[in-house]
Amino acid sequence: MGRLGRRGKEYLVTLNLLRKNPLSLAGIIIVLSFIVVALFAPVIAPYPSDATDVHLARSLSPVSWEHPFGTDDMGRDIFSRVILGSRISLEIAVVVIAVSLGVGIPMGAAAGYMGGWIDETIMRITDMFLAFPSILLAMAIAAALGPSLTNTMIAISLTWWPWYTRLLRGQALSIRERTFVEAAKSMGVSKKRIIFQHILPHTFSSIIVQISMDIGYVILTAAGLGFVGLGAQPPAPEWGLMISIGRTFMPQWWWYATFPGLAIMIAVLGFNFLGDALRDIMDPRLRT
Amino acid sequence: MLKIEGLKTYFYTYKGLIKAVDSVDLEIGRGEIFGLVGESGSGKSTVALSTIRLVTWPPGKIVDGRILFQGDDLLLKTDEEMRRIRGSEISMIFQEPTTSLNPVFTIGDQIAEVIMLHQNAGKDTAKSKTLEMLNEVGIADPKRVFGEYPHELSGGMMQRAMIATALSCKPRLLIADEPTTSLDVTIGFQILQLIKELVSTIGASVMLITHDLGIVAETCDKVAVMYAGQVVEKGDVKRLFENPMHPYTKGLLSSLPGKSGLLEGKKSILSVIKGSVPDLISPPQGCRFHPRCELAKESCTKDKPRLHEIEPGHFVACLTCNN
Repeated sequence: MGRLGRRGKEYLVTLNLLRKNPLSLAGIIIVLSFIVVALFAPVIAPYPSDATDVHLARSLSPVSWEHPFGTDDMGRDIFSRVILGSRISLEIAVVVIAVSLGVGIPMGAAAGYMGGWIDETIMRITDMFLAFPSILLAMAIAAALGPSLTNTMIAISLTWWPWYTRLLRGQALSIRERTFVEAAKSMGVSKKRIIFQHILPHTFSSIIVQISMDIGYVILTAAGLGFVGLGAQPPAPEWGLMISIGRTFMPQWWWYATFPGLAIMIAVLGFNFLGDALRDIMDPRLRT
Repeated sequence: MLKIEGLKTYFYTYKGLIKAVDSVDLEIGRGEIFGLVGESGSGKSTVALSTIRLVTWPPGKIVDGRILFQGDDLLLKTDEEMRRIRGSEISMIFQEPTTSLNPVFTIGDQIAEVIMLHQNAGKDTAKSKTLEMLNEVGIADPKRVFGEYPHELSGGMMQRAMIATALSCKPRLLIADEPTTSLDVTIGFQILQLIKELVSTIGASVMLITHDLGIVAETCDKVAVMYAGQVVEKGDVKRLFENPMHPYTKGLLSSLPGKSGLLEGKKSILSVIKGSVPDLISPPQGCRFHPRCELAKESCTKDKPRLHEIEPGHFVACLTCNN
């Protein structure tokens, strides 16, 4: 351990793992910049009011220094709109993941630890949700509720939580058989405490990896809903919606659909790389 | 202190009904160290788990019997009452200290958790009590160990920490399920000495589960030998070792490697008990030991032997050696 201490040594190991895998580093950089851009979107965007403004005089102008990604049919700066769109994507992702965790963790942990009829009931309900392809289910729910951003979040959340319930159940099932859980029981620790204090901390690493992977997919799903017109509505600067409108201007005004598309691609890739990186970092077998 | 009467614990599996514990009677007196001996699968651990009602359903279930602890039947207690008894009145230590400690918490946190749970203690009191306990179980640097994670300690140290947890609330009964099996012999010996010492200061009784007759001879006052879910012989350690009656007990004792022969460089053939533990789904009729028994008679294959007192405090369940 030496001068660095235990913590310091762990950080060094982590840094070393990252250095060995440039994709992990790329993932971290992409995700961090995505979050910074999303948080400070109105400050960073050169034309923050172009979320809604219309400037017909400069419609569909090509890529230039003034408009790095060109402008759309309403003359709005696409660069600004892509930046503003990151905020919507992040918001949807955070809400969906938070809801899924909020529902999935307690339900999955209860199902896995308690077993019996509790397990049966919870798992059959999740099976009902998993019986439909998730994108179709999300579309159906969004269509039923009416297209809007809030409803997009509701629709995706409803299709997302069963995966976390399953993940947690599987983890709880295997951890509850470990001796330390039995030891805790033999010391009179309550069920609630065993679930929250003794079992949950062991599931964190897989939950964290799952979250980082899922953020990318949630962004993709939200963009998909926007693209088919069941998500955000014009003039919201949502990436999927922008591609949907921009595709009618292909190929002559290629920049309209291309840049929002690239934004989706880079964001999703970034979260996937991050997920892989986190899995490596938290795998004790790679750490020694 | 603890009196188990007619305990039956069955496991309902897909393959069939396993009578893991089949009519077991035991009595452990105050301050007594009681050895429970038997091969793997003889049901000794199930007796222990039944005593603190930690047999999990499905597949296991206590179907009959009484477990009287300080006069109260534990099988009639509610789950909440039972939870309060575990850890404070009866506590348990397990075979593998490496897996019985939660790897994500420090040693100190785990011991303090139990103290806070049962003694209504605040964080600071719990911490000082934990340090006291760590000191009592012979850990040289309690302050450092308090903040360490299980993987940073040796097996012996971890078992000491487990003992500290188990004894932190001064229980009346300590159940130790093969506490030294995973440790090397010298450390195991120290751990047994420690358990002996500590329980005698707090006046607790011990149910010591082991398959090692050497340990029984050294630490226990009384002993029960289990075979295929039943007690075949029980009594004072001294009497039982001097005068083993049941062929199974005799077999176990003679299959201990003798020290003298090894030291003199003589090679003698280790005697073994033929065959292996029977399948408990369809155990042998009559005496469960008869297929492996050299003294088996015709009647052993039909009649079930009952425990019979052959000398004061020495019981044997055998048809051939009862008379």
